[in-house]
Amino acid sequence: MDLTYTDEQKAFREEVRAFLNEKLPARLSDKVATGKRLTKADYEEWHAILNARGWLGVTWPKEFGGTGWDAVQRHIFEEETTRAHAPRIVPFGLNMLGPVLMKYGSKEQQDHYLPRILNGEDWWCQGYSEPGAGSDLAAVKTTAVREGDHYIVNGQKTWTTLGQHADMIFCLVRTSKEGKPQEGISFLLIDMNTPGVEVRPIVLIDGEAEVNEVWLQDVKVPVENLVGEENKGWTYAKYLLTHERTNIAGVGFANTALENLRRIARLEKSGGRPLIENPFFAAKLAQVEIDLMAMATTNLRTIAAAAAGQAPGAESSMLKIKGTVIRQEINALTRQAVGPYALPFVSEALDEGSNVEPVGPDYALPATQAYFNNRKLSIYGGSNEVQRQIISKAILEL
Amino acid sequence: MNFELTEERQMLQDSLRRYLGDTVTPEMLANATESEAGHSETLWSGLAEMGVIGALFSEEDGGFGGAGFDLAVVFEEIGRAGAFEPLIASGVLAGGLLAAEGSEAQKARVEEVIGGAILGFAHSEPGARYDLDHVETTATRDGDGWRLTGRKTVVEHAGAADAFVVSARTGGDTADAEGISLFLVPADAESLAIRDYPLNGGGRAGEVTLDGVTVSQDALIGAEGAAFPAIEEAAARATCAICAEALGLMESIRGLTVDYLKQRKQFGQPIGKFQALQHRMADVLIEIEQARSAVINLAGHLETDRVKRERHVSATKNLIGRVARLVVEEAIQLHGGIGMTEEYALGHLAKRLTMVDHRFGDTDYHLERFIRLSAA
Repeated sequence: MDLTYTDEQKAFREEVRAFLNEKLPARLSDKVATGKRLTKADYEEWHAILNARGWLGVTWPKEFGGTGWDAVQRHIFEEETTRAHAPRIVPFGLNMLGPVLMKYGSKEQQDHYLPRILNGEDWWCQGYSEPGAGSDLAAVKTTAVREGDHYIVNGQKTWTTLGQHADMIFCLVRTSKEGKPQEGISFLLIDMNTPGVEVRPIVLIDGEAEVNEVWLQDVKVPVENLVGEENKGWTYAKYLLTHERTNIAGVGFANTALENLRRIARLEKSGGRPLIENPFFAAKLAQVEIDLMAMATTNLRTIAAAAAGQAPGAESSMLKIKGTVIRQEINALTRQAVGPYALPFVSEALDEGSNVEPVGPDYALPATQAYFNNRKLSIYGGSNEVQRQIISKAILEL
Repeated sequence: MNFELTEERQMLQDSLRRYLGDTVTPEMLANATESEAGHSETLWSGLAEMGVIGALFSEEDGGFGGAGFDLAVVFEEIGRAGAFEPLIASGVLAGGLLAAEGSEAQKARVEEVIGGAILGFAHSEPGARYDLDHVETTATRDGDGWRLTGRKTVVEHAGAADAFVVSARTGGDTADAEGISLFLVPADAESLAIRDYPLNGGGRAGEVTLDGVTVSQDALIGAEGAAFPAIEEAAARATCAICAEALGLMESIRGLTVDYLKQRKQFGQPIGKFQALQHRMADVLIEIEQARSAVINLAGHLETDRVKRERHVSATKNLIGRVARLVVEEAIQLHGGIGMTEEYALGHLAKRLTMVDHRFGDTDYHLERFIRLSAA
């Protein structure tokens, strides 16, 4: 048992820190730190900076232009980038589709799409969920019917995150109604500019339009956009989900959220003294910090096992539940900390360069929005109820 | 022992529930927050005509209610509908303070309030958080009248108010209960500025700046420097109102969630058939019943001595805050993605219920206060 990093790992951390000091634009880290709205251009700018260094394909092997890092290096990179308030890496092309194409895509698909993900030519979004297929993903109804050299796709996808920025969408579609629901699903790549594709924003309870509905009406998709074999899409979809669950614990996000909470609790006054000195508040803050310290180690245990070559299993479900519960608790405490200033909703103040002043401290509205927005953490990527089901089957064998 | 409503209150509840059910729509609520008034003028005049504002005042003040259970009945229905009319700001707080402390001339304004005129209560200040005695705004003698200087924050319905009941210090230090006075100030007074904005969970508020606002001698409400007990009592009544509103919101959220559990199918069956979800919804129901009992406790002790009353204020507000968080978070979780959307009815109700903990003191504030009052 040794809880310290090796000298190589420490040197790697220094290298990442030096890079962030030098290359992360203050304009971007300020926006992330203060909860301002990030634009498509902001994400693209950060992707390009990482790509120039060869650090955008964090989870990719070197042969495809990735970093080739092991699980511990990826973890260190994640810790340092979140601590520095870098924008997150948009995961749809990099963490989701990329690995699927590397494992199941044709040589042509790999050669065409993977470089375009790295150089920013394509912005991908995810076409998995449907109004009737949430936790029960195999219930997808969107159909793809083969007609000559094309599929004709009809249906509706939903909760498509940042789909408003996307050029391409990877979709689960039904190509057969025979057998079990899982057996008739195919994995299709669709150009968002094809006639019949319509994106409609969904405003969430934080007032932001982060997700979308994507309507597909008689959309013609060339057959070469099929990944792997027809009706084998479920296998690829599941493989993608194991990558979606990379960094599922969100320790880095939890750490920066906790740091933000501490900062706010020092600034806010309750009964004439800083809120952080109020024993009732301090107790709750300490409680969540203690939980996070243990969870961070659970996360490291999983990472160490992965670095030693063990395949990830149901422990990612454990990390997902514990990680999201802790982050949501930090968000709730932060909302509580801002007191009456949780009420004003002056949304314009979140735009870069806006001349609209926030009401009360500038951290108040982002705190409220983060609380509402992060209710999604326990819902998406397989709800926490589904994760509990996985644990009871796979670990407890109940 | 009798937990039935009186016949009058039962009638009020029935007619109000019917009226709000027929009148309030999600579009109406969304438009109300966007509108200049910051609430629905249709709904507000409807409530005034029905006598709902009058139900907040005693007969001697020109109303026909005014007791804790009158507040509880009215605000549970308001919450059930997700409405955000200026009933607390104008009726319970500003109007209530005029009725309790005002001169005969000032009390004449109560009749206008009952008829639908809107008053605001400009009391909270930056840095006060939830402390009622934190007043930095000053009122100094100015010839025959007074000169008011200071800043009031998150003044609900400020943009719609004809006049404000303003608290200001005529003596003592920032956090002293002694030395606070109340003044009636017209909204269009010179050197009074309002920055108006929308609120999370619906409605609007404003930052009210008083930059040497002059008012005449008769603007003073009640005795000079002795307003704190009246402010505390008005806040107790407002807390009763908002806790009842929270209860109504919880009931509506529970209804939506149970319906959804029955309708939404995944894995070939309604999700309400899954035992894990059944148990969680059962816990929600138990806690909402706790919330109802807490509201009854507070409503039934509003007219008792100060310490007893305030212990119930803090006990009820603490419990409501805890249950509100549970109800909101479980309802969103049990709905899944649809519960996160602005468009679906749950979104507004969940946000409004969450914001209850940011008004009149949060869960921790009242826990600490309850302990202090219990030791007294």
